[in-house]
Amino acid sequence: MTALLVAFLVSTIAAATPLLLAATGELVVEKVGVLNLGVEGMMLAGAIAAFATANETGVTSLGVVAALVAGIALALLFAVVSLTLQANQTATGLALTIFGRGFSALVGAGYVGIPAPTLPKIHIPLLSDIPVLGPVVFGHDILVYLSLAILAVVAWCIRSTHLGLILRAVGDSHDAAHALGYPVVPIRYAAVAFGGALAGLAGAYMSLAYTPLWAQDMTAGRGWVAVALVTFSAWRPFWLLIGAWFFGALMYLSLYVQALGVAVPSALLSALPYIGTVIVLVLISRDARRIRLHRPAMLGRPFQSRA
Amino acid sequence: MLRRQFTRLVGAGAVASTLPTLITAAQAAEPLKVGFIYLGPVGDFGWTYQHDTARQATVTHFGDKIKTTFVENVPEGPDSEKVLNDLANQGNKLIFATSFGYMNYVLNSAKKHPAVFYEHATGYKRAANVADYNIRFYQARYVQGVIAGKLSKAGLAGYVGSVPVPEVVQGINAFMLGMQSINPKARMKFVLINSWYDPPKEGDAAKALIDQGCDIITQHTDSPAPLQAAASRGVKAFGQSTDMAKFAPATELTASTDVWGPYYIKRIQDVLSGTWKSTDTWGGFDSGMLAMSPFTNMPPDVAALATSTVADISSGKNKVFVGPISDQTGAVKVPAGTTMDDGALSGMQWLVQGVDGKLT
Repeated sequence: MTALLVAFLVSTIAAATPLLLAATGELVVEKVGVLNLGVEGMMLAGAIAAFATANETGVTSLGVVAALVAGIALALLFAVVSLTLQANQTATGLALTIFGRGFSALVGAGYVGIPAPTLPKIHIPLLSDIPVLGPVVFGHDILVYLSLAILAVVAWCIRSTHLGLILRAVGDSHDAAHALGYPVVPIRYAAVAFGGALAGLAGAYMSLAYTPLWAQDMTAGRGWVAVALVTFSAWRPFWLLIGAWFFGALMYLSLYVQALGVAVPSALLSALPYIGTVIVLVLISRDARRIRLHRPAMLGRPFQSRA
Repeated sequence: MLRRQFTRLVGAGAVASTLPTLITAAQAAEPLKVGFIYLGPVGDFGWTYQHDTARQATVTHFGDKIKTTFVENVPEGPDSEKVLNDLANQGNKLIFATSFGYMNYVLNSAKKHPAVFYEHATGYKRAANVADYNIRFYQARYVQGVIAGKLSKAGLAGYVGSVPVPEVVQGINAFMLGMQSINPKARMKFVLINSWYDPPKEGDAAKALIDQGCDIITQHTDSPAPLQAAASRGVKAFGQSTDMAKFAPATELTASTDVWGPYYIKRIQDVLSGTWKSTDTWGGFDSGMLAMSPFTNMPPDVAALATSTVADISSGKNKVFVGPISDQTGAVKVPAGTTMDDGALSGMQWLVQGVDGKLT
């Protein structure tokens, strides 16, 4: 029984990692008042960049760097169109997802069905061998720990630092932040680029660690779940972590339950994570007050300097 | 959807213009146009890859007597009918539709183009100009089961499947029977992922099975992801459709490989010589359409047993679905001394005793 639970937790944490990375990035983006729906596209760009680079060079860390660059490149494209040229953010984000899917499929056509080096798992001699705790807490690959570390830093930064205060100010009232002399648009550019980098990293996790392969649309909607998670958590980092683990578990559970021999149609089980997302979002948005309290007031609104 | 055309540089026409006296009628004729539609990308290194390897074999065999065209990533839906009609309108005289879900669209398209011959893989409906062809994949599953029976310490194997169609059910059952022929107490779990090609989900399904104690994994989906998941958890696994050893060299025991080439060559020859008929082909080891890749990562005695099992199935000594076989409820489905016929096999919708889980 313990062995079953341990195995389940290890797999859940792995399944949650790409969601957590991408959602942490999107959290920062939304905190400064920008809604970037292009997460799925940036993840796919990161996934193919990481896979292609690791495959060509044989070095996984270069693949990770390539994924960061690809994610940032797409994010900056979004920033130019939506922040500088002030196009509608929702439409631009959707376009970015469509572009990322198509572009990654095009670049990836030559990389289907070939192996690439896999991100190594960390083995800490004594710690990884502790029963139960060992494999659950230690014994993942580096991106798993990195995702948790990034979330912790982001949470601390937003909550307790001067930088976090500026970010929140820009997201809650860009006019006030502007009046105080903060460069609203450059700050948003930086946040969007950070979001792109983390989405790219999430993609790298998919194609180098989770399933060390490239396949068209391999992120399979995880970018959208990440966007939903930010709303689900009501823009609070701790709940983002809980949400990512919850959806990671749900995604994995749909297959796990079948192996247990429970008679539920497989088509229904496949839909489980998405049905779960919808239900949770509906439940969350019933509490309008809490949403108003945490939601960046300028979310999705363009900023135009009148000075 | 990508479309590519492969043409031979030296066409029959060029030969005809320079050497008009030497040519025969057959050489002067336009090359026979042959179309293929594929479910996945040609590089999936699984199902579609094997079909495309066979297409290339026909090009090598016939040279400039034929001209082949393929369309990849064709979903199993109404779009496939459009693609089939396009191929027919482009002058293809023989079209291979290489996935189960194209079946009804093949029939529709065939009705509209009575002069075009259609070949549908793994289906069961035929028409005057529609033939079907399939491989007895279950024979290879039985061999895998025998190997699993020898190697599984837990006596529990996991099967990553796609959708509960008879072909998958035959595979699960044949694997179980093979495993039980060695270890009568052996059991099996399976997960259906509702897709033929979805690497992250295939990998997750394999992990779910391994997490629940399966120490040997086989897959009926098309990417090497389950094999990789098995490798990362340190259990052994089987490859699917093609030899996937390069993805997990220390994990793959063997792979069932689909060999479509000889069939495609034969059918193209039939069209060329005007003897094409609507036939129903279901080839196993003996026909050369099914083969096992090298037996690796196992002791020599297990490899020898696997080799002799292949020989027995090939010679007809072992017919795989031989009674007594009971289903999950214990009801006898195949009485002792009888063998399931192809009709019953192709409609199989029950699981043999020892398999956990329900078909839904």
